Amino acid sequence: MGYIARKRNRPTLIALALGIGLLLSGCSAAKIGSTSTTATGKKCGTFNLAVNGWVGYEADAAVVAYIAHKDLGCTVVKKNLTEEVSWQGFPTGEIDAILENWGHNDLKKKYIDTQKVAVSLGSDGNKGVIGWYVAPWMAQKYPDITNWQNLNKYTSMFKTSESGGKGQLLDGDPSFVTNDAALVKNLKLNFKVVYAGSETALITAFRQSQAKQTPVIGYFYEPQWFLSEVKLVKVNLPAYTTGCDAVTAKVACDYPPYPLDKIAATKFVNSGSPAATLVKNFSWTNDDQNLVASYIAKDKMTDDQAAAKWVAANPDKVKAWLAGT
Amino acid sequence: MAVLSLRPRPAVRRWLPAVVIAAWLACWPLLNGRDTLPLAGSDLTSLHRWINARWDTIDNSRSGNPFFHYFIGAIRTGLDAAVTFAQALISQPSFGRPVPVLGWLGVVAVATAIAFLYANLRMALLTAASFVAFGVLGLWQQSMDTLSITLVAVTCSLAIGIPLGIWAGVSDRFDRVVTPVLDIMQTMPTFVYLAPLTLFFLIGPASATIATMIYAIPPCIRLTSHGIREVSPATLEASTSLGATEWQSLRKVRLPLAKQAMVVGINQTMMAALSMVTIAALIDSPGLGQTVYQTLQKMDIGTAFNGGLALVIMAIMLDRVTSAASRRVERTRRAGRLRSSAYRRWKRPAALTVAAVLCYLSYTYVWAAVFPTLGDTSSYVPRAAAATSAWVQNHLAGFTGALKNLLTYGMLNPFESLLTGTPWWLALVVAVSVAALLVGFRTAAIVAVGLVLLVVLGLWQDSMVTLASTLVATFLVMVLGLFFGVWMGRSDRVDTLLRPLLDAGQTMPAFVYLVPVLGLFGATRFTAIIAAVAYAAPASIKLVAEGIRAVAPAAVEAATSAGSTVGQLIFKVQLPMARRAVTLATSQGLIYVLAMVVVGGMVGAGALGYDVVAGFSQTALRGKGLAAGVSIVVLGLMLDRVMRAVAHRVELAAHGPADRGADGGH
Repeated sequence: MGYIARKRNRPTLIALALGIGLLLSGCSAAKIGSTSTTATGKKCGTFNLAVNGWVGYEADAAVVAYIAHKDLGCTVVKKNLTEEVSWQGFPTGEIDAILENWGHNDLKKKYIDTQKVAVSLGSDGNKGVIGWYVAPWMAQKYPDITNWQNLNKYTSMFKTSESGGKGQLLDGDPSFVTNDAALVKNLKLNFKVVYAGSETALITAFRQSQAKQTPVIGYFYEPQWFLSEVKLVKVNLPAYTTGCDAVTAKVACDYPPYPLDKIAATKFVNSGSPAATLVKNFSWTNDDQNLVASYIAKDKMTDDQAAAKWVAANPDKVKAWLAGT
Repeated sequence: MAVLSLRPRPAVRRWLPAVVIAAWLACWPLLNGRDTLPLAGSDLTSLHRWINARWDTIDNSRSGNPFFHYFIGAIRTGLDAAVTFAQALISQPSFGRPVPVLGWLGVVAVATAIAFLYANLRMALLTAASFVAFGVLGLWQQSMDTLSITLVAVTCSLAIGIPLGIWAGVSDRFDRVVTPVLDIMQTMPTFVYLAPLTLFFLIGPASATIATMIYAIPPCIRLTSHGIREVSPATLEASTSLGATEWQSLRKVRLPLAKQAMVVGINQTMMAALSMVTIAALIDSPGLGQTVYQTLQKMDIGTAFNGGLALVIMAIMLDRVTSAASRRVERTRRAGRLRSSAYRRWKRPAALTVAAVLCYLSYTYVWAAVFPTLGDTSSYVPRAAAATSAWVQNHLAGFTGALKNLLTYGMLNPFESLLTGTPWWLALVVAVSVAALLVGFRTAAIVAVGLVLLVVLGLWQDSMVTLASTLVATFLVMVLGLFFGVWMGRSDRVDTLLRPLLDAGQTMPAFVYLVPVLGLFGATRFTAIIAAVAYAAPASIKLVAEGIRAVAPAAVEAATSAGSTVGQLIFKVQLPMARRAVTLATSQGLIYVLAMVVVGGMVGAGALGYDVVAGFSQTALRGKGLAAGVSIVVLGLMLDRVMRAVAHRVELAAHGPADRGADGGH
């Protein structure tokens, strides 16, 4: 019995010995100091920045957050949210700013005009374009395909298992407004709208189209980092004129140009935070954004690395944004 | 069965459903396209507009409303604090320190000690290896964030679910009330309630926790209730006759006997909670979900796979440890607490001492707090995954395109045009009469109510498109389920090989493997079907395998010694005897397929899945999105009830009075 008991005690002994050994070995190692968080700028405090789920926006947020933290000493809290949910954060103070808003007139009416909890801080310099695109090899091989009037000529090429005998127009990201069903009908195109359902699905389709030379026509938009990988070509629809898209069911014209704008919580703007001034001044071109976005998406840099690289190369722009902070 | 006497003779009844279906097929070309209730992508019905308006009303009135301010506010603050506290312990810098309270070594030690004490030594080793793997993959902090929020959600789920489960176990009335609610909670797509949750509980950990809990509570309630109901009446009677009050017999007899089912409930709750990680990332829930979701935006398959792999490891570890713990509960109960050896006496204090020492080290020293960076090793997995995905897309696309076209043109398209082209009233008549003839009037009534609801919700045609894909996917799931299930059930070696793959299929976030699949099959309904099959087949395979294994060895031996071939053995003995498991596998497969409808909508399936996703993203469409979510629930409950009724009849046919008529139908 005594033997058994001793044997069964062995793991305990080993464990104890191991523990003591570890304790001893640890004594000479580096200890954790009690440090306070580095940047606690009294002036700025916390800056809650919404980050919507596309890389162009991530590039905006990377640069603004980097400058707000480094030059203004803000504690930047980035919140990864969808667009609608970001707007919901204005009345509760959980979101201070949105840097790249695509239209959303319904939300503007609700939060800016009715509830008065948010304000528009003007354009961020980027110009949004929505439309129908084809891969570059198609535009080269069929030069007249970029004119909508010729699309019916190519219907059979775009037939798929999903399009029920018609040409397939691949629609896509559920967060974007689309008039495509109405457009197809009103322009009398022999196409069927097929909902890809996500940006990932759209990008994969265009990427395969270019790599395998398979015909795809679909809904896309710029600025978008993927365009720096495959330079999609826009198909010209009847030109947009003010009001031509007033009645959704009767739309027969291209999408309007989207001046992308910055939205901020009213409370945040009135607080006098230097971050609010930074957001107000922030403005850059599509090329700037695409560059930072490709640092992030293609070169796999972290947000901060990408921002640091761009900021170091563009001191003048940054200086202008910091004016008045 | 008074109903039975009303029915025609079995021989006639066997042919009637076939006659109804033949009549349907004959009518179809004549009526094709009439009354099919289509609704275009951005169109709304008055019901959808009405929901939109109600929604705005709630949104506008919330600031001044005391209900929101106090009740919801209190829940929110409590949950936020709990998650923040858990993160402070293991994942985020806290209490003025640059690192969490417990470093990696401390977390590994505590987790290993728990696995050792509640399961066994093998599980302890598995746990330690899993946690080290999180660090090696370079995802220590993200994994700990996920673990924090999962633990809080699971703890709260158990705190609510176990008492409710006990109540449902002792009260038939409450059980009847709660069961449909649980069904709805499990079939309602998360996307439907994600945006409203952030409206009530705002953006932050509280919303993510509640979203997780809605999905994770039902298994806990169900299994607790099941465990309490399973206690044999004889045992209960014995305790009553000994003079125990109801409360005493609950506490001393029912609860201890239900303990194993409750532990299985904990296991299921954890798995359900983990399956919500990626979706919760959409409302800023921290952790591995962010890794997966963020990197997919950049089409960085490698890193997304890496995050998915960490999730799979976490799920498998939690599953194995809780399963081992539940088996031990069962063994302890059977064996009783007889022996108390020195080993047992010392095991607990020893494990706790070692864990405490390691915790202290990880609190104090940098090397034990921050997981060491292992040079380039953490990028092996992402690079290998990205390379594999690229290779697959480049080399297999021709073959897979042909396969997609074959199945789509050969099976899906005809079936779908049959369903969508039929006038809604004809579909209603056909479905209700087939259900009445094959199963019974009760089921026919359920089908009627369900189909009428689909019409009322305004998404009839989308529902039919989704139904067609769902049934095709379920068919494929059962083909795989029977093939691999039988194979697995007959061979332990195959079982050992396949099981981790099946677990991975169930826990890997769908989008990770969907990107290469999208490359192969394009944004199509077929891709969506593959997603559903990948998620649903593992559950069906496991259930079939269990059924095959449960067939009495004596029966198998008798058949073998009588000279049956392997084929005869499988088709004449094992499968018929496992038919209960096979029907269960089918109904579970169907529910799992429906759970993927929304993911399907994101890869080209359109219809209800797309409506739900679009409703989540566009304010104008949220009424429609809610209606689409409810349509999915209606489809799910309707099909589930039909399957259950069929299973019941199969049971009756096998064991009850000879009623061969029911057998002929399927």
